[in-house]
Amino acid sequence: MKDILKIADKTFNSRLFTGTGKFSSPQNMKDAILASKSELVTVALKRVDIENESDDMLTHLKAKHINLLPNTSGVRTAKEAIFASQLAREALKTNWIKLEIHPDPKYLLPDPIETLKAAEELVRLGFVVMPYIHADPVLCKRLEEVGVQCVMPLGAPIGSNKGIKTLEFLEIIIDQSNVPVIVDAGIGAPSHAAFAMELGADAVLVNTAIAVSQNPVQMGMAFKQAVEAGRLAYNAKLAPVKNHAEASSPLTSFLNN
Amino acid sequence: MSFKNTFNNYNWNTLEREIYQVSTKEVAAVLEKEKISLNDFKTLISPAAKPFIESMARRSNSLTKKRFGNTIQMYIPMYLSNECQNICTYCGFSMTNKIPRKTLTDAEILKEVNHIKSLGYDHILLVTGEANKTVGVSYIKHAIDLIRSQFANISIEVQPLDQDEYETLISAGLYAVLVYQETYHKATYKIHHPKGKKSNFDYRLDTPDRLGRAGIHKIGLGALFGLEDWRVDSFYTALHLKYLQKTYWKTKYSISFPRLRPHQGGLDPKVEMTDADLVQLICAYRLLDEDVELSMSTRESEVFRNHCIHLGITSISAESKTNPGGYTAEPESLEQFEISDERSTAEIKTMIESQGYEVVWKDWANNWE
Repeated sequence: MKDILKIADKTFNSRLFTGTGKFSSPQNMKDAILASKSELVTVALKRVDIENESDDMLTHLKAKHINLLPNTSGVRTAKEAIFASQLAREALKTNWIKLEIHPDPKYLLPDPIETLKAAEELVRLGFVVMPYIHADPVLCKRLEEVGVQCVMPLGAPIGSNKGIKTLEFLEIIIDQSNVPVIVDAGIGAPSHAAFAMELGADAVLVNTAIAVSQNPVQMGMAFKQAVEAGRLAYNAKLAPVKNHAEASSPLTSFLNN
Repeated sequence: MSFKNTFNNYNWNTLEREIYQVSTKEVAAVLEKEKISLNDFKTLISPAAKPFIESMARRSNSLTKKRFGNTIQMYIPMYLSNECQNICTYCGFSMTNKIPRKTLTDAEILKEVNHIKSLGYDHILLVTGEANKTVGVSYIKHAIDLIRSQFANISIEVQPLDQDEYETLISAGLYAVLVYQETYHKATYKIHHPKGKKSNFDYRLDTPDRLGRAGIHKIGLGALFGLEDWRVDSFYTALHLKYLQKTYWKTKYSISFPRLRPHQGGLDPKVEMTDADLVQLICAYRLLDEDVELSMSTRESEVFRNHCIHLGITSISAESKTNPGGYTAEPESLEQFEISDERSTAEIKTMIESQGYEVVWKDWANNWE
C-alpha cells in the first residue's frame, strides 16, 4: 500500500515540507529544495514582490511538483493575518495558507488566541488553513473544531535547531488528532526529523536547518532520507522498550480457589 | 459522521478469528510495549493472554494507582420505574413479563433519596425502563429537578434519547449517561430485542454520538456479557471508546462489565464469561487506557469485588436495589435482576479501607453551571 499524505484536496509523496528563508541565494534555495524532493514549500508573503511576475524567489520555485504555501509571517493580529491571507490568495492563486501570528519579534512564538480567531474566519472564507502553534493539545482540538485541515505544532522555538523539546505534548496531540499533525519549527538535524516521524507525525517542516547548513543540497537530501526512514519505522512499528512490572504479592491467585 | 461509519469498517467474524488466532509470542511482545494500541487490546483479550493474567494485573494495578491514586468512588443506583415497552429477552422488566408495574411518585422519590443520603452517597444513578408516555424526558427532568440539590453528581441509565432531549437534561444538572450497546452483533441484538424502540440497533449505536454532541460530561459504555462472545463485544466497545475519545474530547468515559444475572423470566448466557475472563478484560482495558473509569456493580460476588479494587476498578456501588422503591418506598416491587454482593454500604466501605484505599463519596459539584 502506498503511504500517501493527504491534506485537503492534495496528496503528497513527500512528508518533508520546506521553507524559503535564510538561503544564501535563490539558486542555492532552488537546488536544496529540489534535492529534498519536498512538494510543499512555504513562502513568506512579506518576502515576495507580488507586483512583480519575475520575482526572484518565485521564478526559482516553478518546478511542477512544488506547491507553494504562502505564510503570514510578520503579522501580529488575526485581522492582519486575514488581510495577508487574502492578498496571498490573489497573488499566488492558492487558497492554502500557513497561518503564523507571532507578535513577539524575538522568539517568534505564536499567539494562540489570535491564531484561533483567524483560523475560524479563514476557514469560513474558504482557505485551507495550516496553523503554526505551540504544542498545545487543547488548542489543536479547538482548531480542529473550527475546521483547519492540519495542525503544525512546534518542536522547539523557531530557528533554534534544538529538536523535539515538546515531546510529551506532541505525543498527546498525535494521539488525539483527527487531522494531520506536522511538526514545524525547532527541527535542527535529520535525526530530529526522523524522531518526529517515528512518533507518528504526518510530516515535518524544515527550513533553517537546511538553509543555514554549509551544504544545503546535501542537507536537503539528508532530511529527505531521515523523514522517509522515520516514517517507515513508524509504519513498521518500533520494537518495544523493555518494561518491567514491579514485584508485589499476587493479585489474581484468588481465581484459583 | 458517527460511530456507525467506523463500526461498518469491521466484521464480526474476522475479528473473532483474529482474536482466537493470537499466539503466546504475540501476547508477550505486546506486554513489552509501553503504549497499548487497540490492536494490542485485541491481543490482550485473546485466550492466548490468559497465562499472562498476573502480569497484566500488576501493570493494571500500578497504572490505576498512578492515575487515580488509592481511591474508590462510590455510587448507588435508584430505580425510578419498571414500566417498559421493550421486549429484552434477558431483562426482568421486559414488556411480556407479567409483573406489577411501578413508577415512583415525588413523595416516594424523596423517601428513597432520604435513605440513600443517610448511607452517605453523593453520586446517584437514576434507572428506568423505556416507557415514553409515563417515564419520558419530562418525568426524568422532573426527577432531576427534585433531587438536584441533594446530590453532587447525577447520572442516568434510561432509554436512548435525542440530542435536544439530552441538552435539556444536562442543563437541568445531569452529569453522566450510561448506555450499553448490550451486544455489537447486529443479528444477535435483533434476537434479544425483537420489539419496542430498543429493537433499533443503529439508533442505540449512535446514542453516544448524540450525547457527545450535546456536551455531556461523561458517557458510560459497555456490553452485556452472555449474549455473544465477550471478547468480540469488548473489542467493539473499546473501538467505540477510542472513537468517542477522539471525537468528543471534552467528555469523560467509563466502562462497565455487566454479566447476565438471574431474574424472573431469565435467560441462560450463550457464551460464558468466567471470573478469570473478567479479570483479564478489566486489566486489558486499563492497559489500553490509563484514564478511563472502570466500574463494578453488585452483580458480582463478594470475593470478586474484594479483589477487583486492586485490578483497575475505580468506582463501585453497594447494597443496590434494582426495583423501584426498593430501599424504602416499595421494597417488594419486582427487581430487574438479583444482585450478588448483598453487603451493606458500611461493610463495603470497611472492606475498601482495610485494603488501603480511601472511599470517595463526592467528586463533583453540580452547582457551577
